[in-house]
Amino acid sequence: MLNIDWANFTLLNSLMGGILIGIAATIIFFVNGRIMGISGILGNLITTKKTDQKFWRIIFILGVLIGPLIFILLFKEIKSEMVANTTLLIISGFLVGLGTSLGNGCTSGHGICGLSRFSIRSIVATLVFVISGMITVYLINGNLL
Amino acid sequence: MKLILIILSGSLFGFGLTLSGMLDPSKVQAFLNITQNWDPSLAFVMIGGILTTSIGYYFILKSPSPLYDSNFHIPIIYHIDIKLIGGSVLFGIGWGLGGLCPGPAVAILSYSFFPAIIFMIAMLIGLFIGKRFINF
Repeated sequence: MLNIDWANFTLLNSLMGGILIGIAATIIFFVNGRIMGISGILGNLITTKKTDQKFWRIIFILGVLIGPLIFILLFKEIKSEMVANTTLLIISGFLVGLGTSLGNGCTSGHGICGLSRFSIRSIVATLVFVISGMITVYLINGNLL
Repeated sequence: MKLILIILSGSLFGFGLTLSGMLDPSKVQAFLNITQNWDPSLAFVMIGGILTTSIGYYFILKSPSPLYDSNFHIPIIYHIDIKLIGGSVLFGIGWGLGGLCPGPAVAILSYSFFPAIIFMIAMLIGLFIGKRFINF
């Protein structure tokens, strides 16, 4: 049966965070007409040779790094607990990179931007990676062996 | 002006990710953990994000072009193929194992460099291999 973890449920913060992410995606679309997908931005940065195409992406990534620092200035600390050891971090990082590159997008590109423009590919991708993530967590929570 | 808007967008994105709880891998796993103590918070990140972005896109698409480009760059592939499905399966496995997706993996580096940088390097290698050798 579905059992909700009320103690850790942060409805308002998560909703407001989502709205800010949506404003960020809207600004990028307004400025240069592009989809705000982080795997795509990173993928382009490491493969494209055109410097004019790199510049706005580097500036955007800089902003992404500034965001949490502003949060710390305002709220002192960020709650973050790693769940993976070094080996698992390498495996999971590699799978996230390879998977988002083959699937042309991640949580931001497909999950937020793609769903916002009602793209069928993004709806399918989002359903697949959420279900795949849920099965993975189910298996590592002691149901594997 | 263009660069100010872009760095503002990046900062809002990084701040929003932090506020929403996406930078906490244990919270991401708790969202994916539907069979035990389920934390539904991150569903509301998507709801807030999609509501805002869909309204934003709707109004922006009424103008003929974006502010600093001659046209919109909307993906023009429409078919569902094995690369989309397989790639998303692999991404989901990685997301479940580490509790990090690409956006938070970048943002987390600004205040907690280790061990997140290990994830980032592995992710960039995965992206590179996918783009160069499989996606051509």
